[in-house]
Amino acid sequence: MAKFLVDNREIEADEGTILLQACLDHGIYIPNLCFVKGMDHPSASCRMCFVEVEGERQPVPSCTVKVKDGIVVKTDTPQVRQLQRTAFQLLMSVHDVDCANCPSNKKCELQRIAKFLKAPLKPRALEIYLKEPRIDESHPFLDYYPNRCVLCGRCVYTCGQRNAQSFLAFSKRGFNTVISFYGAADLSTLDCPNCHACVDVCPVGALVLKEPAKRTVPASSDLGLTPKPLEV
Amino acid sequence: MEQGLLTPEDEESLRQIASKIESYEKDRKNLIPILQMMQETAGYLPKEAIKMAAGYLGVAECEVYGVATFYNQFRFHPPGKHHIKVCMGTACAVKGGGIILENFERKLNIHAGETTPDREFSLERVACVGCCALAPVAVFGETNRGHLDQETVHGHMTPSAVEGLLDGIAIEKQMKERVLKRMEMEKQIEERVGNVDESDG
Ligand code: SF4
Ligand code: SF4
Ligand code: FES
Ligand code: FES
Repeated sequence: MAKFLVDNREIEADEGTILLQACLDHGIYIPNLCFVKGMDHPSASCRMCFVEVEGERQPVPSCTVKVKDGIVVKTDTPQVRQLQRTAFQLLMSVHDVDCANCPSNKKCELQRIAKFLKAPLKPRALEIYLKEPRIDESHPFLDYYPNRCVLCGRCVYTCGQRNAQSFLAFSKRGFNTVISFYGAADLSTLDCPNCHACVDVCPVGALVLKEPAKRTVPASSDLGLTPKPLEV
Repeated sequence: MEQGLLTPEDEESLRQIASKIESYEKDRKNLIPILQMMQETAGYLPKEAIKMAAGYLGVAECEVYGVATFYNQFRFHPPGKHHIKVCMGTACAVKGGGIILENFERKLNIHAGETTPDREFSLERVACVGCCALAPVAVFGETNRGHLDQETVHGHMTPSAVEGLLDGIAIEKQMKERVLKRMEMEKQIEERVGNVDESDG
């Protein structure tokens, strides 16, 4: 067991636990998008989870820090908040904010972060850039909304954890990067167990189940199956 | 992404790919070399080839697609007989390369990266082609069974030049067809006249 300080509060966790995980477990919220519980090598791609650790010259993403005895962590310094607000603004500059028509409304991680950072969902100073097409409907029971996707990679990671290989992948590059389910149009050729863990793990409303009438393959919930719950 | 039907040439390329792939070690580090071989052979990456690469290396199709779409070098549509590259390098972008590209897209009714259904034209956006003084620039390439034969650079492009170039190609094609038809007719007449001569003699 390691004992360490977070915002002047003493916390205990196993040595080597990911700091972000330890904080979340103790009810200390740090904004995060790309981390999934149990990850060995977090991609640290969303740049939301910054904290200051005493002895480090600059803020570090807390999903890349392992807990050690005696470390001193601050989650709420001006520099940390500035980094988080900037990262958040940039994320939202490619986001189609329309919460009223989004299945994620009220349980969305972006709304939570906006409230927490007291940052607007629509960045004022930045031009909004949106991708075409607005919806990818090529999957038999999923729909993908690229302009809601924060490219956190949780779905790709989770699918890969459940199956020998992920049936979702990042494709294209730069501003055009999207999640693709190339090859999934004919599910019968894939081993997709139809668990929609990818939908459950998406922190926003980017990956959703198709409306029942439009599904060419029923989702597992239609079949009365209960997919193994996710630990998030 | 619709690619249209495979031509007999495509099918032949796929057969060649299927035999060439055997010489690669089954290791995911060979994914890019295999994709390069496929494109070299077929001129583009047909869906069937992506499937083959995935099956051969034991990786998901979507991952192969993800890797391939990351690189500009890979194409997912067959090269047209006329392959048009529109420069979107800094100088050309500033000089209105985007408008030129848009004009080609509208005239040909395809997006950059795609091919017209008759496989006459394909369109690509490229970075600086090295003659910025002529910006905005388009490069016309003539392809032969997927391989580039010769390229012509067109500088100082304007929307009317886009129209002119495409119309020029269409007219040239019509003329060629007419000449062919006339030659065909002359041949037929000759044969008939020949027959008459014979019956005379
Ligand atoms: S993903 Fe979240 S922020 Fe975006 S529209 Fe949906 S609810 Fe709003
Ligand atoms: S679809 Fe959802 S989980 Fe997947 S990368 Fe986009 S935001 Fe993340
Ligand atoms: S959660 Fe740490 S960088 Fe995304
Ligand atoms: S930018 Fe177009 S030729 Fe250099």
